[in-house]
Amino acid sequence: MAQNAEHVLDHVELFRGPEYQQMLANKKKMFENARDPAEVERIREWSKTPEYREKNFAREALTINPAKACQPLGAVFASVGFEGTLPFVHGSQGCVAYYRSHLSRHFKEPSSCVSSSMTEDAAVFGGLNNMTDGLANSYNMYKPKMIAVSTTCMAEVIGDDLNAFIKTSKEKGSVPQDFDVPFAHTPAFVGSHITGYDNALKGILEHFWDGKAGTAPKLERAPNEKINFIGGFDGYTVGNTREIKRIFDLMDVQYTILADNSDVFDTPTDGEFRMYDGGTTLEDAANAVHAKATISAQQWCTEKTLAFIAGHGQEVLAFNHPVGVSATDDLLMALARITGKEIPEALARERGRLVDAMADSSAHIHGKKFAIYGDPDLCYGLAAFLLELGAEPIHVLSTNGNKAWHDKMQALFASSPFGQNCHAYPGRDLWHMRSLLFTEPVDFLIGNTHGKYLERDTGTPLIRIGFPIFDRHHHHRSPLWGYQGGMNVLVKILDKIFDEIDRKTSVAGTDYSFDIIR
Amino acid sequence: MSLARTESIEEIKTRNKDLIQEVLTVYPEKTAKRRAKHLNVHEAGKADCGVKSNLKSIPGVMTIRGCAYAGSKGVVWGPIKDMIHISHGPVGCGQYSWGSRRNYYAGTTGIDTFVTLQFTSDFQEKDIVFGGDKKLVKLIDELQELFPLNNGITIQSECPIGLIGDDIEAVSKAKSKEYGGKTIVPVRCEGFRGVSQSLGHHIANDAVRDWVFDRLTPEKSRFESTPYDVAIIGDYNIGGDAWSSRILLEEMGLRVIAQWSGDGSLAELEATPKAKLNILHCYRSMNYISRHMEEKFGIPWCEYNFFGPSKIAESLRKIAGYFDDSIKEGAERVIAKYQPLVDAVVAKYRPRLEGKTVMLFVGGLRPRHVIGAYEDLGMEVVGTGYEFGHNDDYQRTAQHYVKDGTLIYDDVNGYEFERFVEKMQPDLVGSGIKEKYVFQKMGVPFRQMHSWDYSGPYHGYDGFPIFARDMDMAINSPVWRKTKAPWKAALEPRLMAAE
Repeated sequence: MAQNAEHVLDHVELFRGPEYQQMLANKKKMFENARDPAEVERIREWSKTPEYREKNFAREALTINPAKACQPLGAVFASVGFEGTLPFVHGSQGCVAYYRSHLSRHFKEPSSCVSSSMTEDAAVFGGLNNMTDGLANSYNMYKPKMIAVSTTCMAEVIGDDLNAFIKTSKEKGSVPQDFDVPFAHTPAFVGSHITGYDNALKGILEHFWDGKAGTAPKLERAPNEKINFIGGFDGYTVGNTREIKRIFDLMDVQYTILADNSDVFDTPTDGEFRMYDGGTTLEDAANAVHAKATISAQQWCTEKTLAFIAGHGQEVLAFNHPVGVSATDDLLMALARITGKEIPEALARERGRLVDAMADSSAHIHGKKFAIYGDPDLCYGLAAFLLELGAEPIHVLSTNGNKAWHDKMQALFASSPFGQNCHAYPGRDLWHMRSLLFTEPVDFLIGNTHGKYLERDTGTPLIRIGFPIFDRHHHHRSPLWGYQGGMNVLVKILDKIFDEIDRKTSVAGTDYSFDIIR
Repeated sequence: MSLARTESIEEIKTRNKDLIQEVLTVYPEKTAKRRAKHLNVHEAGKADCGVKSNLKSIPGVMTIRGCAYAGSKGVVWGPIKDMIHISHGPVGCGQYSWGSRRNYYAGTTGIDTFVTLQFTSDFQEKDIVFGGDKKLVKLIDELQELFPLNNGITIQSECPIGLIGDDIEAVSKAKSKEYGGKTIVPVRCEGFRGVSQSLGHHIANDAVRDWVFDRLTPEKSRFESTPYDVAIIGDYNIGGDAWSSRILLEEMGLRVIAQWSGDGSLAELEATPKAKLNILHCYRSMNYISRHMEEKFGIPWCEYNFFGPSKIAESLRKIAGYFDDSIKEGAERVIAKYQPLVDAVVAKYRPRLEGKTVMLFVGGLRPRHVIGAYEDLGMEVVGTGYEFGHNDDYQRTAQHYVKDGTLIYDDVNGYEFERFVEKMQPDLVGSGIKEKYVFQKMGVPFRQMHSWDYSGPYHGYDGFPIFARDMDMAINSPVWRKTKAPWKAALEPRLMAAE
C-alpha cells in the first residue's frame, strides 16, 4: 500500500506505483480487447507520415480538435462588458452551463449568465413563454441594468424572432417598457465565438444608437473628441484593457472602452461576490455614437460592428492584436493622428526598452521556427511580432480564419525575408496541425491549453498564448498589447527557449552547455 | 466556529424555514410558487426530503444544470475510451466538454484511445438547411481511414439534429453493415430533451441496451467467467476514482470484468452481461441499464459508496454479502488492512476539521454519498441538494444520510444558493466550477465536488487521505484570514464570526 497519511499521494503519483500499474496491465490484458502493441506502434508511426498528412488534409466532413467555439460564447463575453448587464441566452439551458464553465475555467472567476431553459415543448411551440417568464425572473432576481439577449442553435433552428419576443414580453410586463433589452441572433452553426462577439456588440450599439427597437428616437450624432476602443474576444482582456487605458491616459486621450469586461473577470476576494463589476456605462454606450473614431484591436472580431459604426459617420480602424513594436507604433500613430495628441516621451521610452530587450535577446530567437494557432487576429499579431524578432512563423493555423485572413497572412509573410517559408491555414484544426508538426517540424508551438496534446505527441514545446488557458493560472492579467505587452510576450517566448536548452543539456555526467549565463 | 452549532435543532429549523421564505420573496408570484416546492427543511423520520425534483428549470433563474447531451457525452459514453464519440451538430457542445471532466484512462490517445479528443461534424448553415446525414456518412468513412484502431463509434446528437429530423439511426445501421458489423451507436441526446443531464443518462443507457447488448454475438463475449465476476457501473474515474475502487474489489477476491465508464472500453461493456453482480456507484446515471440487466440477464445489482472509511467498510461488506465466505473474509481482510491508514488519516485531520459545517450542491450521487466521508472527519453537512436528482435520490438521502433540520434545495439557482450560504455561513461549500469563484469571493472555502478541483482520487481507502487533505487545505488555508483588509475587518462583525 503506497498511500500514507503523512505524505498523501494523489493521482499524480499514486497510479505510477507498482500495484496500480500491475492492476492496469491486468485489466488491459484480460478485459479490454486491446490492440496488439505492435499494431498501435505501427499506426502511431504511420500517423506521423506525409501519407497520413495527405489523408488528413483531404478530410471534408470531419473536424478534430477545432480551435474555435460557438457564437453565443462570444455574445456572453461581449455582453458582460456593459455596466450591470446580465447575458440572457435564449435556447436550451445546457449551453449556458457550458459557457459559464468555460469562462470560469479560463479566468478563475465567476461567470454569470442565464438561460431561457427551452425544452421539448418550446421546440414545438416556440420559446415565447420562456422569454416572457425568463426576462421577468431575471429582472426581479438579479436586478440588472440591462439584459442582453442572444440565441443558441436550438432557438435559431426553430426560428424564434427575438425582436418580436422581447417586444411582446415587455407588453406582458416582464420588464418595464423602457428597460434596455438589446439582442443578437447568434446561431452556433455560423461562424464562431468571434462572430458572436461581433453580433452581440453590434446589437447593443444598434439598440442604443438606433432608437431602442423603435421605442425612442434615433440618436443624432454630434461629433466630439472621444475615441471608442473595442478589444474584441480576448482572453487577455484583463491585462490588455488596462494597458490600453494606461496608454490612452498617458496620451491624454478621451476614450470609451466598448464592452469593457476587464473588471468583471478580475474581481477581488474580499468577502463580497460582485455579480456585476465595472463595464461600459449604458450612458457611455449610447454616447459612443458621438465619438470621433472607433478603434478595434481585432479586425475579424468586429467586422459587422465596425461597418455599423462607420455607417454612423465615424472613422473606424482595426488592428490585428497589436503585439510588438511596429503594431504598437501603428496603434499610437493612428491615435495621435486621429486625436491630434502627441505621443508622450514615456511611451517612447517604453518602446526603446522593448527594442533594447529584443536586441539583448534576438540571438536566441533569430531563425527559430514557430507554429501558431488561435483566433485569426491573435495569429496575425503574434506572427507579425515573430517576424520582427527574426523568427519564422512556419505554420499559422486558424480554425475560424477565412480566405481574407489567409490572404492577409500571406501578404505579411511576403513582406519579410523571415516569412518566405511560412503558410497560413484557414479553416483547419489541431489534428491538421499535428500532421504539420510531424511532417514539417518547428522549434516551438504557440497556442492555448489544448496544445499540450500536440506538445506531448510531437515533442514541440508549447508556449501558452491564446484562449482558453485552463492549465496555467493568471496569464490573463498580463497584457500582450503595447510595448509592455510585447515585453511580456518576448519573456514568455524566451523563458521557453531557455527552459528547452536547459532540458536538453541537463544530462547527468556531462557538464557542457548547461550554462548559468545565457 | 459556525453559527449553526450555537443553536438548538428547533432554532436551526426555524431559521432555515425563514430563510426559504426570505429567498422566495424576490420572485414573481408564479415563480415563487414553483420554487417553493423545491426547497425544504428535512424532518427526521420522513421517507424523503419533501421536495419536488426532476422538473423543468424556471427560465431566467441561472440554473446550475446542464443538458441531455452533457449527460450522455460527458458522463455515460464520452469516457468509453476506445470508441470515438462524435459531437454531431455545431462546434460548441464538443468544444466546451472537451477534456474537462478528468475521466482518467490508460491508452495511446489518438491511436487506440480517444477520450481527450474533440470529434465534431461542425455543422454549418447548409447542414441545417439540407440535413446532416450525408455529412455523417462521409465523416464516419474519414474516421475509419484516419483512426483504424477505433473499436466503435457513437453519434452524440446536439440540439439541431432532432429539430431538423436527421435519421442518424439509419446512418448507423448502414455504416455498421458496411464495416462488417462495427458498433456504431446513435444517441438521441439533444440538449433540449428533458429537464437536465438526467434524461441524457437514461437515453445513453437505452442506447447501450439497443446498440450494444441487443447486438451481442457469442464471439463478442468470449472470455471464461468465474463466480467472482463483478462490473463497476457508474464510476467515471474522476481523478482515478474507479481505480482506487477496483483495487479494493480485487484485493477482496473479486474479479472486475468491466468498468463503466471511466477507463472503460467497448469490450468491457459487452462483457458485463456475464457478471455475477453489477455494483453501482452513481445510481442516478446508470440505474436504468442495471435494472435492464437484472431483468434480461438475471444479474443482481447493488449500490455502494466508496467515500470515506465508514461507507467503504459498509459497502465492502454489502458487496461481499452477495458472495461466499471467501469473499466475506476478503472484505474483512481489506477493511483490516487499511484500518491503520484510516486511523492515521483521522488522527491527523479530524482535529483540524471537527465541527466544521458543509453545504453541498452537486449532481446525481454526491449530495448524499460524500456526507459519510465528512462525518468520518467530524464534519457536518447542513445543507444539500441535487442538480438533477429524482425522487428516489431524495428518498435515499432522507433515509440514510441527512440529519434532522438539514436545508434541502433541489435545482438550486445562483441567487438562492448565494443567499443560503451567506446566511448559514458554512465553513465549506462543495459544488462545481460555476459556483466555486462566487463563494471564494465571499470568503467561503470551496471544493469542486464534480471534479475534485484537479485532485483525487477520492474513492476508496487510497482516496480518503486525499479527500481529507483537500478539505483541510481548503478550510484551513491561511488565505481566508486575508480576505478582509485589516483596516476594514473591524467594521464588519459578521465576518469575525466566520473566523
